[in-house]
Parts: sequence; C-alpha cells; structure tokens
Amino acid sequence: MIWRKAGFAHRMPWTLAVFVVALAIPWIGSRYDTFLATQIAISALFAVSLNLLLGTTGLVSFGHVAYFGIGSYVCGILMKTYAVPFSVALPAAALGAALGALVFGFFCVRLTRIYFAMLTLAFSQIVWAICFKWNDVTGGDQGLPNVPYPDLDWMSAIPFLDELRVSDQFYVLTLVLVMVSLAAMQRIIASPFGRMLTTIRENPERAASIGLDVRRYELAAFVVAGGFAGIAGALFGIFNRGVFADYVYWPKSAEVMIMAILGGINHFWGPVVGAATLVLLNQEITSYTEYWPFVLGVILLVLLFAFPGGIAGGLAAGVAWLRRKRAERAGA
Amino acid sequence: MADVSFLFGQFLGGLTTAMFLFLIASGLSLVFGVMRVLNFAHGSFYMIGAYLAWQVAQWLGPMLHSFWLAALAAALGVALLGGLLERLLLRHIYGREELYQLLLTYALVLILGDAAKAIWGTHQLSVSRPPGLAGGIEMLGITLPVYNLFIMLIGAAIAVAGWLVLTRSPSGRMMRAAALDREMLGALGANVGVLYTGMFVISSFLAGLSGALVTPIQSIVPGMDVEIIVEAFIVVVIGGLGSFWGTFWGSVIYGQVLSFGILVLPGFSLFSVFALMAVILIVRPWGLFGRPLR
Repeated sequence: MIWRKAGFAHRMPWTLAVFVVALAIPWIGSRYDTFLATQIAISALFAVSLNLLLGTTGLVSFGHVAYFGIGSYVCGILMKTYAVPFSVALPAAALGAALGALVFGFFCVRLTRIYFAMLTLAFSQIVWAICFKWNDVTGGDQGLPNVPYPDLDWMSAIPFLDELRVSDQFYVLTLVLVMVSLAAMQRIIASPFGRMLTTIRENPERAASIGLDVRRYELAAFVVAGGFAGIAGALFGIFNRGVFADYVYWPKSAEVMIMAILGGINHFWGPVVGAATLVLLNQEITSYTEYWPFVLGVILLVLLFAFPGGIAGGLAAGVAWLRRKRAERAGA
Repeated sequence: MADVSFLFGQFLGGLTTAMFLFLIASGLSLVFGVMRVLNFAHGSFYMIGAYLAWQVAQWLGPMLHSFWLAALAAALGVALLGGLLERLLLRHIYGREELYQLLLTYALVLILGDAAKAIWGTHQLSVSRPPGLAGGIEMLGITLPVYNLFIMLIGAAIAVAGWLVLTRSPSGRMMRAAALDREMLGALGANVGVLYTGMFVISSFLAGLSGALVTPIQSIVPGMDVEIIVEAFIVVVIGGLGSFWGTFWGSVIYGQVLSFGILVLPGFSLFSVFALMAVILIVRPWGLFGRPLR
C-alpha cells in the first residue's frame, strides 16, 4: 500500500462512496442486478478476509473455505433446525468460524510455507468430510435446503426500504453487514496490530528477533480472518437458500484465492475488485459457454504471467507510469 | 466379527487401494522432491490418462492386446502433455512464491478438466478388464480378483524400479543432487533444465499409467481429478513430501486406515484419513520418512 502522497485519491472516503453507489442498486437496477450485487458483496467479504492472511500477513491458506463453511452451517443449522433469529445466528456463525480458526490455526501457524498451505487444506477437508457425512446435523450430501430468510419486517418501518422486495431488503442488510465488516478489517490492518502483521510478512525472522511473538500474531490474524469468512458464509447460505457440502470442497478455496489474486493482494480493495470482476465475468461467460472453468484457468494463467499484481497492481503501475511521464515532461 | 478371512479381505482391499495410490502419488512425490512444486495438475494427468486409455481402447476395438496397448499409449500421451506443459509454463515459476506455483498448477486443473469434458463429455465411461486378468483367486476363504493382484505387483515393481533408478543410476544421482541443491548442480555443469523436464515427463507418465490402469475397476467421470489429487496429497504428506519410500509406506498406511477405518467408524473413514494427514503434519510436518526442509 502506498500512502506517501495524501492527494485527493487518498482523502476520498472510498468505503463510503462504494457503499452509497452499491446501496442504490435495488432502486436503479433490476432484480437480477441486485442478485449479482448480493453475490459480489458476499464474495468480496470472503476474499478480503482471505487477503488478511494472503496479502497482509503473507500466509498462503489453502483452506479458507473451511471457515466460510463453518459459518454457513452454524447459521443455517441454527436458523433452520432451531429457528433461532438471524440476529443471534449471525454472531454465532462468526464466533463458530473464529473458534474453528483458533483450533485449526493453533496447529497451522506452527508450520511455514508449503506445509502451512497443506495443513490448512487438510483441515478444510476434515470440515468437508464432516459436513458431507454427518447426516443428522448437516444433512450430509443432501445439505440443508430452504434456510429461511431473516425476519426483515422491521425494514418496513423505514421509509424507502418498505417498498422493496424481500430479496432486495436482504441485499441491503448484506451490504450493510459487509461494509461494516470491511471497515472493521480496514481498521484492523491500519492499526499497530495490522502493521505488525505486515512486518511479519516482510520478514518473519526479523520480526521474531525484535521480540514479536510471530506465531501468536499469525494465529490472531487467522482467527480474525476466519471470523469474517464465517460472516460471509452465513450470508451466503441465506442468499443461496441452503447450505451444502460443496461450499466446503477444496476447489472453492482456490476460487476465492483467485478472486484475491485477480484483484490484487497488495491493496485492501484489490480482492473486492477481484470478486466483482469474477462474479460478473462468470455471469457473462456462462451465458455463452458452459466451459467457465476453462476460461477461468486461462485468465489465471494470463494473470500469473502477465499481471502478478492483479488488477489493482496493474492500475497502480499504470498510474505510476503516467506520473513519471508527466514528471519527465515537466522536467524537460 | 474377528473372522480371519474377513479381516484378510479388508487388508487386501486396503493394499489394492494403497498400490493404486502409490502409482499416482509416486510421480507427485518425485516432482515435489526434486522441483519443490506441489502439482495440483497431477490428478488431471491421471484423469486424462484414464480418458486416453478409453479412447485408444475404443479405436483398437476387440484386438487381442488392446487394453495393454491403450494403457501404454495413454501413459505416453500424458507424458508428452506433461513435458510440453513443463517446457511452456511450469519452468517459469520455479523458485517463485508457493502461492503462484499452487495457482499455476490449479489453472491447469481447470483447463484440463474442462478440456476433458469438452472432448469426452460428462457420461461415465468404462473399460472392460483385459481377458487374461478377468478371473479371481481363492485365498484364505476370500476371492481376490486377479486384476487387483496385478495392480499390487505393478505397484511393488514401480517401487523397486524407482528405488533402483534413484539410488543406483547416474540419472538418479542427478535427481537427488537436484533435490538437494539446484544451483550447485547447475554450476557443476549439469543441465538442470533438461533434468527437470525429464522428471516431469516421468511423473506425468506415472500419472497417465495409473489413470489407464484404474479404468477396469472404476468408471471414468469428470471430477475424478480433484478427488484423487487430495488423496495423493495425503499419501505424500504421510510419507514425507519428496521421499520415495515414504510415499510407498504412506500409501500402505492410507490404504489400511481407509479399509479398517470403515469398521471402526462407519461413514467416517474419509474423516479418518484427513485427520491422519493433519496429525502427521502437526507432529512431523516433513512426514514419517522425509527430512525437514532447510
């Protein structure tokens, strides 16, 4: 992240701007636009939570989908089986996912690099195996269909919101929750704690030698990331009207990783851009061909070889190039 | 319950699974050991091998040795594909961060998986057992299909051959040297690039071969690639990333845990193997037979 020049781009409250534009979608767009926007918002939260590990702390977690899945299942089971209200189920989902991340992360942060990636993958597959086989609780391979919408009657008391469809109201709720979560994560990254995580990413040995308990910091990052992934999972289960073991299968971990990389892991908003791009591309391309994974694979190859910094990295490089050109011209 | 022939049957079933997995995982382990690349696409090579074997068997029709020719052709075809991909793509990412290596091989998973779907469709395909190996043998009161016995022998043969090549041949010495210190080997005048391509070709050959050999006992379906790669990962992790014998014993352990885990926790044998992988990673991240990296 570059914060050297506090120009207009940096004084602008981006979070608020994105929020306002996104909030207007149910009024100005179609039902389908809202559908896509909900999906983007949830994916964005998931991808940013992964990036707390990937970009900020430099931990390659290949099993982030486990915490997304735990959040989904906790929220889905509570709301469907036990008829618990959403206002309780959502925090429970976040807590459950964070707790899962605490237990698994405790072991994961002891390992480094490829072993870390493998162990996170192993744990996510454990979660998958449980979800897939524990028929009595998770519904096994049938999953949990028909997770109810949260009770949104209170929105009818609010002007403008009362005229919306339930799915649009759920979008508004999702957007608010996602934006609050993103703002919270941005605060965390900008805090001294977040700076320590970046220090660990840059040089773990050095961080340890100045007295930082690297494992504990990594574990804390892991837990925070897991908790936010749990929120994303809970929202996704409701949005998709059901929770299925597929959510936890390992290729999903790769998918969210692609979102983060596509947008750019070195910038806070990168994964958001990546999530939006991927969801929109998916919609666009699947209307032409069923071979979306093929296209995704090709995009990924191009990205890895040509734009390792992702879209945000590419834009930043472009802006820097323009600046340099202008400076050259001014100097000449 | 503790019937001898029953337990023996479980044991043999586990051993068949184990030798299959060893065929697949040995290539994965070789590539990781020497190149330090965890190849997600290895499962896709396996799947392509299965489809190619089916395809060649279709072309050849009821010829006498069609299965064996098909298996060989499939393995060679996949080896060629692997070599090409290594030359074109993989060699550019050696030494880059794990993230990029994992994602590059994952991109290949996506592309190869869809290519297979486009070429062979999404129907289940199957190949009949070669006529010579169609029967069964009576052993301690259970019947073991001859084909399973054949797989076990192939697995053992590959293990011995791999061990001989790695420890007794000049090229095996080069591979071990490359695993220890790539730059030093290059500085001593060895052509590391060719060595790596060769390794990758061998690894793909093994993947293709195992894919072809699995066709008589399992139907070929899309998705078999992502399913098998995780199993191969578990085997390689248990034995030790990059350790050849480790992979062998890792597969044996995996097979037995899966086979007997069903008796202890019905329905949760999947869970038990993932849990085993996690425990091994926690206690000995470099696996039972591996050595710690650096």
